[in-house]
Amino acid sequence: MLKIVHMTVNGTWRELAVDERESLLDTLRNRLGLTSVKKGCEVGECGACTVLVDGEAVDSCIYLTMWAEGRSIMTVEGLKGPNGELSPIQKAFVEEAAVQCGFCTPGLIMSAVEIVGTGKKYNRDELRKLISGHLCRCTGYEKILDAMERIVEEVYRTVNEEQT
Amino acid sequence: MGVVGKEMQRVDAWGKVTGEAKYSADLEPRDIYHGKVVHSTIANGLVKSFDLEEALKVPGVIKIVTCFDVPDCQFPTAGHPWSVEEKHQDICDRKILNQRVRIYGDDIAAVIATDEVAAARAARLVKAEYEEYEPIVTVEAAMREGATPLHPDIRKDNVIVHSHMTMGPSDFTFEEGLRQAKEQYGEENLVLVEADYDTPRISHCHLELPVSWAYVDVNGKVTITSSTQIPHIVRRCTAQALGIDIGKIRIIKPYIGGGFGNKQDVLYEPLNAFLTMAVGGHPVRLEISREETICSTRTRHAILGRCKGAATKDGKLLARKLDAYANNGGYASHGHAICANCGNVFKDLYQDELGCEVDCSTVYTSSPTAGAMRAYGIPQADWFAECLTDDLAEKIGMDPCDFRLKNCMGEGFVDPANGIAFHSYGLKQCIERGRERICWDEKRKAYANQTGPVRRGVGMAIFCYKTGVYPISLETASVRMVLNQDGSLQLCMGATEIGQGADTVFSQMAAEATGLTFDRVYVVSTQDTDTTPFDTGAYASRQTYVSGMACKKCGQVLRERILEYAAYMLNYAETDLAKTIHGGTVRQAAGRMREALGLSAEDQITAEMLDIVENQVVVTGGAPKLFDVAVVAETSVYSLDRSQHITAEVTNHCKDNTFASGCCFVDVEVDMPLGLVHVKKIINVHDSGILINPKLAEGQVEGGMSMGLGYGLSEEMLVDEKTGRVLNDNLLDYKIPTAMDVPDLDVEFIQLEDPTGPYGNKSLGEPPAIPVAPAIRNAILHATGVHMNVTPMTAQRLTAAFKAQSLI
Repeated sequence: MLKIVHMTVNGTWRELAVDERESLLDTLRNRLGLTSVKKGCEVGECGACTVLVDGEAVDSCIYLTMWAEGRSIMTVEGLKGPNGELSPIQKAFVEEAAVQCGFCTPGLIMSAVEIVGTGKKYNRDELRKLISGHLCRCTGYEKILDAMERIVEEVYRTVNEEQT
Repeated sequence: MGVVGKEMQRVDAWGKVTGEAKYSADLEPRDIYHGKVVHSTIANGLVKSFDLEEALKVPGVIKIVTCFDVPDCQFPTAGHPWSVEEKHQDICDRKILNQRVRIYGDDIAAVIATDEVAAARAARLVKAEYEEYEPIVTVEAAMREGATPLHPDIRKDNVIVHSHMTMGPSDFTFEEGLRQAKEQYGEENLVLVEADYDTPRISHCHLELPVSWAYVDVNGKVTITSSTQIPHIVRRCTAQALGIDIGKIRIIKPYIGGGFGNKQDVLYEPLNAFLTMAVGGHPVRLEISREETICSTRTRHAILGRCKGAATKDGKLLARKLDAYANNGGYASHGHAICANCGNVFKDLYQDELGCEVDCSTVYTSSPTAGAMRAYGIPQADWFAECLTDDLAEKIGMDPCDFRLKNCMGEGFVDPANGIAFHSYGLKQCIERGRERICWDEKRKAYANQTGPVRRGVGMAIFCYKTGVYPISLETASVRMVLNQDGSLQLCMGATEIGQGADTVFSQMAAEATGLTFDRVYVVSTQDTDTTPFDTGAYASRQTYVSGMACKKCGQVLRERILEYAAYMLNYAETDLAKTIHGGTVRQAAGRMREALGLSAEDQITAEMLDIVENQVVVTGGAPKLFDVAVVAETSVYSLDRSQHITAEVTNHCKDNTFASGCCFVDVEVDMPLGLVHVKKIINVHDSGILINPKLAEGQVEGGMSMGLGYGLSEEMLVDEKTGRVLNDNLLDYKIPTAMDVPDLDVEFIQLEDPTGPYGNKSLGEPPAIPVAPAIRNAILHATGVHMNVTPMTAQRLTAAFKAQSLI
């Protein structure tokens, strides 16, 4: 039997009928066609399915859709600007060559959104810890960290400039 | 060169950061059925019968097929071009589902259901009755006298292939070498090292699982969309597995989330094809879980290397020997080729004055199947060679870097067995550069006499690696280019993008070869065997070299065709073509050209007088500019006088190969009581020819180094010797490096133009993973004096070794 759940997905209010045992990963991919949400392990080990739930990065494969009732979900599909332009985080990933096979990329970008959303300045080692829930087999994390460092720095500077 | 050598942004980056790049599972149609493989719960035996009653009762189950239903066709799975010589053909040793079980987790049945949960539930309820045999998990057990052969129809015992090779005299033996050495140099002037160096079975851990979906189209063609590195080979093997014609199979390969060699094997596509055929062609998806991927797809071979080495006390390497034993698991896959490759590089890497003897055995066991993984036997070869080298240098009392410079393969090296040569040689320059960057000489001295529980050390390892598989196997690649009316082009490669950046570097090459700008090249990323020209795929670090040459040649042909048409337009500028929309432009251009070259109105303009520079047709030499290629492109399509769709398709049958090389230097801190190794600094220096895209090249090296760190410090599949069952089949217990495990990675290149590469380039994709583990091992040796002969060097192994040496 399907149950009704309400949530905001990438800014759009949704009413959905889902299986109550369904993971948010499956709902986003199979019912809403948000295929940026990737499945790599289904048990919360790899981080490829990371999305934001009320601004917090979670592994959507181990998050039941029913728990999202009334919450706001964001995936990379929701990051682009009104004219299709890339967000600064996405731009940093492109320009720093942080993308290879691209399978871990959407999840990492969502964690990056959470991290820069704090407005705090993190150093490279702190960033290593903050993204350690994301496995990447292609890059050795070097250029992902370059992109993260750059974006954290940019946002921190902007926030501070606004305050002064 | 123009765009080749520049740090162009990846052509697929935009799609990948927006989630719009589609991978296999992202393209599935609605109402697809779900397949689920039923795996054996024994490692060795025979399926006697099934009880499907409970499984069939699960709501949503459509059908269950078993090993008794599949075609009686044994097929190969290795991602090799099919050899037309029977003795070189890949071993056909499995069926789509196997009644004869050879590994724990063998594929014995499959469920098709309307949803994933039903499929998984039913799969668990399938009951198999077995005739069970003793699992033969280790090489030792499999080679024991009287051991049950796992494939009696193919091999009388469990040895898949045994190969013997030598460097020096063809009948060279290490014992004979030692005898000569004693005679020549005197026993008192020799050092001898004898040791077993061991490597683990590891898992590729591409982030995207092996996934495919299949249906039968309106023409009866079995169409499979799959996450594979080798679409054309998957097509052939699927045809072999089903016993049907190759034209009846179509493989589509969209973006893939990594492969690293696991997807250079035909994994589950034949089963997926069989499943859709079993339900009247309805689409069926088959996604292999992470646990299944680790246990039941492929692994890197665990190879044991029994090594001997002899050198003079003044540091001249005299002779070496390797006895390699590769655990191939239950099926041959690539196996026979990999251990031989391992042996080859072991003997090539150093110049033994008297000779080198290598003996390789690749053995069937009832344990997970080993196949291709990044660098194809060479990480193991390098572990053996580079542990041995440091152990010899230590015994002599010589600096291991000096010892390597004195004895490593030199400029002009040609492998006498297969003719593969260094057409460009940068190995020694790499070593010198790495030595300088890590501050080798200072640190070797500074770390010489340490005491206390935490110690520092520096270590190094070198390597060489071929570029492609010629002459061992066929090297062929095809490319098609199609000119659009606006003067842009579609680039259609048979070669595949698997995350390494192939689409981007081929786009750069296409721009370079045609004279069009990078933004005018539209690479078709998806391979579809119905429309894509043939290429064997992404493996052997071959694509930029073999397929890149095809791309270059194809671009040159397209350019000639554009110019030939441009010449035609210019010659008829005053007459027929004046009617076209660009008549005025062409007439003026013809005038400028005739004036510049002093040609009369009657003189013929030929294609040789013309060139394309940054989208402009120009007079050879660059000036004057005549008109945009778009003028030619549009006219050629719509001309009422001579309509010609300008395209080119070229096959590059590559009959060349060249060695790439390089090294890794590391500086480590070893915390002996904790058994922890902190890599403080690490640098890889690569001799990979001219880089097509330095930024992407750097990314390749960093990823490989990270994989090497895992190989050295944390990754190992644990297989229970009693049951053949994998004990750590998930990403929590199987440890690949996280961002916290990888230090900052330093990368340098010695860029020397290789005359055989399309743009001076040679292999780069796989090499970075090779030298890291032995470099760490040698740094630990320097720090502590302890010889870690088994990788990965985990805390458990390290503390045990330090205890044994009374260091803690």
